[in-house]
Amino acid sequence: MEKNKSYSKPEMAAGLIQSINQHAVKEARYMEFCGSHTVSVMRNGLRQLLPQALTLTSGPGCPVCVTDNSELDKAIALAKIPDVIVTSFGDMIRVPGSHTTLQEAKASGSDIRVVYSPLDALEIARSNPQKSVIFIAVGFETTAPTVAASILQARQEGLKNYYILSLQKVCPPVIRALLDSGEVNLQGLICPGHVSAVIGANAWNFIAEEYGIPCVVAGFEALDILQCIEMLARQTEKGEAKVEIAYKRGVTFDGNLTAQNVLAQVFEPSDAEWRGMGNVPNSGLKLRPEFADFDAEKKFEFDPGPTKVQKGCICGEVLRGTKSPLECKLFRKICNPLNPIGPCMVSSEGSCAAYYHYGESND
Amino acid sequence: MPPIITTEKVMTEKILLAHGSGGSMSQSIVNNNILSLLGNPILNRLDDSAVFEAQGKIAFTTDSHVVQPIFFPGGDIGKLSVCGTVNDLSVMGATPLYLSLALIIEEGLSKDDLHKIISSIKEAADEAGVQIVTGDTKVVNRGNADKIFINTAGIGVIADGIDISGHNAKPGNKIILSGTIGDHGIAVLSKREGIGFETKLESDSAPLNKLIAEIMQVSNKINCMRDPTRGGLSSTLNEIAEQSGVSIRIDEDKIPVRREVAAACEMLGLDPLYIANEGKVVVVVEAEDAEKVLAQIKKNKYGQNAAIIGEVTEKHNAKVTMRTPFGTSRIVDMLVGEPLPRIC
Repeated sequence: MEKNKSYSKPEMAAGLIQSINQHAVKEARYMEFCGSHTVSVMRNGLRQLLPQALTLTSGPGCPVCVTDNSELDKAIALAKIPDVIVTSFGDMIRVPGSHTTLQEAKASGSDIRVVYSPLDALEIARSNPQKSVIFIAVGFETTAPTVAASILQARQEGLKNYYILSLQKVCPPVIRALLDSGEVNLQGLICPGHVSAVIGANAWNFIAEEYGIPCVVAGFEALDILQCIEMLARQTEKGEAKVEIAYKRGVTFDGNLTAQNVLAQVFEPSDAEWRGMGNVPNSGLKLRPEFADFDAEKKFEFDPGPTKVQKGCICGEVLRGTKSPLECKLFRKICNPLNPIGPCMVSSEGSCAAYYHYGESND
Repeated sequence: MPPIITTEKVMTEKILLAHGSGGSMSQSIVNNNILSLLGNPILNRLDDSAVFEAQGKIAFTTDSHVVQPIFFPGGDIGKLSVCGTVNDLSVMGATPLYLSLALIIEEGLSKDDLHKIISSIKEAADEAGVQIVTGDTKVVNRGNADKIFINTAGIGVIADGIDISGHNAKPGNKIILSGTIGDHGIAVLSKREGIGFETKLESDSAPLNKLIAEIMQVSNKINCMRDPTRGGLSSTLNEIAEQSGVSIRIDEDKIPVRREVAAACEMLGLDPLYIANEGKVVVVVEAEDAEKVLAQIKKNKYGQNAAIIGEVTEKHNAKVTMRTPFGTSRIVDMLVGEPLPRIC
């Protein structure tokens, strides 16, 4: 049986580990920005392979996790409006808002449907002309171009019943905010692979130049991440800070210009609420004024009610990289994937879920 | 210009609500679409219950099938509904004999589609050597079901001295997997609206009763068998560990995964360990018989990629752990919720 082992060749891993050991002479803390990176690190037990000098910290790169309670409450309130169909990516429907979840709203009679792409939401709008279809747009630069494309398509077709609630976020400003906060002391950044495929590796130049922190864009297989860590360790050793790509099969320095253009045509930067980070200037994406007709927040009147934060949940700290899920008093005891208290336990890219599912074992 | 409706389209025969009324229209469906293919002396009597002789210990199981889409590469909901129940009986060491078949049809399903599904049921039942002996057909309003739901229940007999159960795994036992994992789940996903990707991959849906009978012929040291359907291999191993009060250690390197499945999983952010299978069996066997059983499985057409993937150990904190190709180790947890493609 031939297995797809091109990215998991143990002998190549051994070579990389040897090189990491050789170059990791100084203590260093690297942050994997992206939730999918955290999952891959845990799934492959990569921490067990790294020298003691290196520490990996999870970052805020999980779009579901950083969606603030106040934003979820809006989605839930929209779902309660008669003749509205709310469409959402699957992970979102189980995330607790201040008082309830989309899943519970669905069980109470709201029409909420899981889609894999905003283009599916568009199809639902076409086949339900008497209803209003709202897509809960959660995501980073990776998914935003597809959402933008759905708006352009809806406009071209003259579809009048398709809306989005844009809770979308962009990554560079939040990393700046994180570094400016001084809460985490980083010697390297494992930059997101999919986001960089769209915005290009050059988007991280400011981190290397202004903060003196090495940046390497990584893919999601174990070897991708090991290669990235090896490149970071070499930079740390030499005292360099530059942007490199360890994921050349997916990422260029300029990114995907077509996707960037579509995104910029439909969306413009706005301030956004991040769970754990608060309001971060220019870190969100809102519809440009000429597309205001598609904005669910402008079209519908609704009251999301007062925002409440779950007591004891440290998702905010976990997302800022200041605490590990293992430091949470609720972890495994009260909070688990069946009864998630915070979003990091719900999302398949959430740090808490990754720690819960994959743990690390010494058997 | 208004769209031209061809007469062919208008003529396509559909299942109507009245076909589930219990009256003469129901009868016509049963006679023309079901009995004509599945008929046998027990079913043809059309009494309120099937009546037959059975001896010894009886295994009895039921399973409902709601797969969407109903036709997928390598099978359809009909084949699935027979294989699922046949396999659930077989993994208990039973010889499957009789099945019930209950159809819940959404009005508007084409008679052609129904015919295709019943034909698959016949083909799978013939291959497995089981008979459909009782059944029921209901038709519900459009929107109250998704094309067709199928429930089957099955009865099998267990020979004297056979004790195969999820409770019987013991430290030192070897774990054999009969072939590649994830084929069914990925094949179905590839046809699902909104995900659709091109692949030659087919569902592994298959009746395993003959394969299982063959290995029980060569070894009486099989302690436990289970088919890793929904929830995938990881859930099956966790269930066995839980029921038997043991831990299980597997080797990632040893688990057979097709290249197409591995690639689709990488693209969608899924893990093959959590993807459903419909024609695979996990066998927990005493170590001394492991090679013998493996060799026998490989002789069957459904077991050519079989492998010993791990072993049962004394109970630890973690129920199931896996050695990665990098020599590290991690927990293999149960699936929670639906595995969904990542959004980032």
